Amino acid sequence: MVFQPVIGLEVHAELKTKSKVFCPCPVVWKAPPNTVTCPICMGFPGVLPVLNRKALELTLRTAIALNCHIHHQTIFERKNYYYPDLPKGYQISQKRIPIGFQGWLEIATASGRKKIRIHDVHLEEDTGKSVHGEEAGDPSASFIDYNRSGVPLCEIISEPDIHSVEELEQFMIKLRQLLLFLDVSECRMERGHLRFEASVSVRPQGTNTLGTRVEIKNLNSFRAVSGAVQAEIERQIALLKEGRSVQQQTMLWNEASKRTEPMRTKETAHDYRYFPEPDLVPVLISDEWLAQIRQTLPETADEKTLRFVRVYGLSEKEAELLTATPAVAHFFESAVRHFHDPKGIGNWMLGDLQGLLNESQKDWETCPVSPESLAQLVQLIDDQTISVRMAKEVLREMFATGRAPKTIVSEKGLVQIADQDYVRKVVIQVINNHPHAVADYLSGKDKLIGFFVGQVMKATGGKANPQLANRLVREALESRRTSS
Amino acid sequence: MPLTREEVLHIALLARLELDEEEIERYTWELNRILEHIEKLKELDIEGVEPTSHILPLSNVFREDEPTEPYPREDLLANAPDAVNGYFRVPRVVEES
Repeated sequence: MVFQPVIGLEVHAELKTKSKVFCPCPVVWKAPPNTVTCPICMGFPGVLPVLNRKALELTLRTAIALNCHIHHQTIFERKNYYYPDLPKGYQISQKRIPIGFQGWLEIATASGRKKIRIHDVHLEEDTGKSVHGEEAGDPSASFIDYNRSGVPLCEIISEPDIHSVEELEQFMIKLRQLLLFLDVSECRMERGHLRFEASVSVRPQGTNTLGTRVEIKNLNSFRAVSGAVQAEIERQIALLKEGRSVQQQTMLWNEASKRTEPMRTKETAHDYRYFPEPDLVPVLISDEWLAQIRQTLPETADEKTLRFVRVYGLSEKEAELLTATPAVAHFFESAVRHFHDPKGIGNWMLGDLQGLLNESQKDWETCPVSPESLAQLVQLIDDQTISVRMAKEVLREMFATGRAPKTIVSEKGLVQIADQDYVRKVVIQVINNHPHAVADYLSGKDKLIGFFVGQVMKATGGKANPQLANRLVREALESRRTSS
Repeated sequence: MPLTREEVLHIALLARLELDEEEIERYTWELNRILEHIEKLKELDIEGVEPTSHILPLSNVFREDEPTEPYPREDLLANAPDAVNGYFRVPRVVEES
């Protein structure tokens, strides 16, 4: 029997605000424990949360971009549970009336484009962080840091419309790209800006009933999500093939053993007892407000790709690669503003420069070569000041030192020789020095042309314009043929 | 439908309250009196009345996204029963794997 996986994903995205969602504490990465906190985000009795307008607007932006319906009146609710990293005993979240609902995100699959439905998009606060046992030098205790408590999170919940790990990966890539282009989250995985929970079940292919669902929590990278879901699908199929059944439970992913394992927890009952948060007033979202957010929505990756093809004459593949992140797209457009050779600039970015970035584990945001410098380099090639081969060397130097290409070129004396008379003299010299090779060429060994060009390049220290050298060598050799 | 002893124990567990016999009996009785009162409220005709999520006629109270200086850590940790190296120390919450 062939089984079909049924996968749903919950994504928590940390929103890009300067301050927390219900108090004015700054959002800071890696501050010493409990140094960016206050009585509100530490849940002291009697404090009053006030909603950060920016956090709400970023969530609205996300909901709109995910094609959601918007609740014109929305409220916050308390999700009650007891855990040390949640000092109030409840998390302020949304349940009954989320900001956005019934949306979709389109992904590309092997069998064409497909819409993954979005159940809802809502706003909530992050919890604190615990360090357990030995990690902190005390096996009997946990240590709590509330710096993250109250950081705004946008939660995006998909419907179980995903039917393979490939679709799942596409969904995650597309969603991250969308959030990046919307400028709502930095999406830095290593900082936990995107966290996932997957629900997985399997059913016989062709049926419509849903199997028993297993939730996998605490997945913090695309790789962890793919690995965990793949392993869980295989585990469930194996169980069913043995005639056993899948138990509804919450699992964790064990990266080392590549297995999903039941979550061990002292929490016995999940009964969140949601009720409206009395400390926050309702939020009314007017049509005018929505229209204003819609108008200021940044260009999406798909729109940018189409524009790059139309405006810069790039191929669809090139345009897609150059719009993979806002950073690469921004680099490209800045470079093209300095020197208008979109094809050339695109090729150098996707070729040599991408290679150098990969080698040094940098990205377009931390690239030591500025868009202006790359534009200058391409200009030097286009006006034949330097050859492509020289440019590769110059780029490497630019990458290592951050210096401008013109400086490097003049310092190294790399300017290529395009002076016809000079190069012709060298060519004649080379031909006179190699009478045997000339005879061989004339007797039909055409490939020897490369040898002569090589000798000319050697004699000029690699600086002769290669196309020019090639043409002059051919001319000189052919003139021997007619004169002999 | 009165609240049972088991339900009271469940609620106590969710709130991490340890109740003795006398308290279990007392809370069961008290919670049932509260629920009876709610039952009484059900007699009201609320046809066409929207659920109230907030009692004040207010909406859209926002803060601008401007960070301010956080609180001094020593003040925040001053009332902690147990703090070490700037952390709150609590009994271990995850079982050893």
